Amino acid sequence: MSIEKYRKNFLKEVEERVEEGQWVKMCMQCGVCAGSCPFGPHWEHTPQKIFMMIRAGKREEVLTSDSMWMCTSCYNCVVRCPRKLPITHIMHGLAYLSKREGLMPKNQPTAQFGQLFWDNLTKNGRVNELKLSLGMYFKDGFSQGIKNAMAMQSVGMGMMKAKRLNPMEILGGHGIKDKSGFSAMLKKAKELEDARRKLA
Amino acid sequence: MANKQYSYYPGCSSQNGASSSNLMKSVESMVKLLDVQLNEIPDWNCCGASIGYAGGGELPRIALSARNIALSEQHNPGQEIVATCAACWLATREAKERLDHSATLLAETNEALKEAGLVFKNEAPPARHMVEVLIDDIGYETLKSGVKKPLEGIKFAGYVGCQTNRPFGIDGESFENPMYLDKLIESMGGEAITNYDQKVTCCGGALAFSEPEKSQKQIKDIIESAYDHGADMIVTPCPLCQANTEIYQNEVNKRYGTKFNIPVTYYSQLITVAYGGSGKDAALDGHIISPTKLVDIASK
Ligand code: SF4
Ligand code: SF4
Ligand code: SF4
Ligand code: SF4
Repeated sequence: MSIEKYRKNFLKEVEERVEEGQWVKMCMQCGVCAGSCPFGPHWEHTPQKIFMMIRAGKREEVLTSDSMWMCTSCYNCVVRCPRKLPITHIMHGLAYLSKREGLMPKNQPTAQFGQLFWDNLTKNGRVNELKLSLGMYFKDGFSQGIKNAMAMQSVGMGMMKAKRLNPMEILGGHGIKDKSGFSAMLKKAKELEDARRKLA
Repeated sequence: MANKQYSYYPGCSSQNGASSSNLMKSVESMVKLLDVQLNEIPDWNCCGASIGYAGGGELPRIALSARNIALSEQHNPGQEIVATCAACWLATREAKERLDHSATLLAETNEALKEAGLVFKNEAPPARHMVEVLIDDIGYETLKSGVKKPLEGIKFAGYVGCQTNRPFGIDGESFENPMYLDKLIESMGGEAITNYDQKVTCCGGALAFSEPEKSQKQIKDIIESAYDHGADMIVTPCPLCQANTEIYQNEVNKRYGTKFNIPVTYYSQLITVAYGGSGKDAALDGHIISPTKLVDIASK
């Protein structure tokens, strides 16, 4: 719906629709951030490059990129950037926009895990680690799930012995009391943000 | 030492039966020994960590932290919020910073909080990390003066990780080579490997789960360097760093043909043991790889 308005100006779209997007124009292309990512070799486009592509109007290329999903939120870049760009948050914001626009790469594992994490925490207000792990193992279907779970079995058993993974959590586990207020709050927050950022 | 009180935000991974329950247990013991009182924020919720961005937008994520701060202002008025999890600390402090800087976000956050019957008044000071309480409010010298069983003969690689260090930093120390963890180790009578070169390397964080291969390369470097420097164990302030570097050692061994088997402990366990607490108080039984040298001192 909203794309038409920004057809010729992706930078403007990023400024209005992406978390901390108003900072992108401050980038002076020094390249410091490009050497800061722990998964560096796996970034097809470094943050520096992504900022350049935004200014060049390469909407499709940026929003379909796998690179933002490689961000580990290590904040290396943020403390080094001479212009103090909140690079980590811009990466998160671009990834979120790409998801909302349906442009993110298919089967991106971090996108899938992040969504499971979010669904898990919004359900009860706290993360249920057991359901989160099982959800991740079984995301590709039942038989792959069994294989994945078997591969990680030694880890799981060790955690259980050390009393750091509670099998009873499958029945419910931790949660907050005011679930209805909590859900209403998140629903409202999403509505407000979607309206302001024109997210369909 | 004066009795200090704080509003406590433990975080999901520190609940009973969760992956960092040994952090929670040892922090509880440590604060008792240091005469510090932690008042848990009633009905706190998960902060969304960093990885939450894949599911929720900026405002819902800020609302998560704002709810915790609002509950703290209401139930623990006048108390500083203290977190033990790096990601919890970061999210809580960052949310306040954003709300301080944007009238739009502030108005919308309060509109959302109204649905839960809460208000973000912005009275509470920025959230703090437990390590700041130790260093700034208590101090190395005072900490040292309470040691009953110095951790003699143990060599520690102090692994600070990312989010306890960046972007906010602790005690104004450098981002590339912070020394506070080494100083804490030394205050407890242990030997710190001050030139441990992987102390601020990222372990992959939440991506240890979604990108195991790439993260395990990071984890391998972190552990290998600890071995190269002759460490008996690694010590860290971060629950996710702890989990990632301890529980994946077997996986790393399979992938790289290494033979890693090094314990990874928390600063709170070191302090609890040095202050005379038992192995149980320090939750030394909560490990997959037992920190035997620490267990020996605790049972002496
Ligand atoms: S470090 Fe900052 S200014 Fe330099 S390229 Fe990266 S974002 Fe731009
Ligand atoms: S926070 Fe993300 S973008 Fe910044 S250095 Fe780390 S991985 Fe790269
Ligand atoms: S950072 Fe982790 S432990 Fe802390 S509240 Fe958030 S999800 Fe839970
Ligand atoms: S080192 Fe790992 S767990 Fe620790 S803060 Fe960094 S990413 Fe998070």
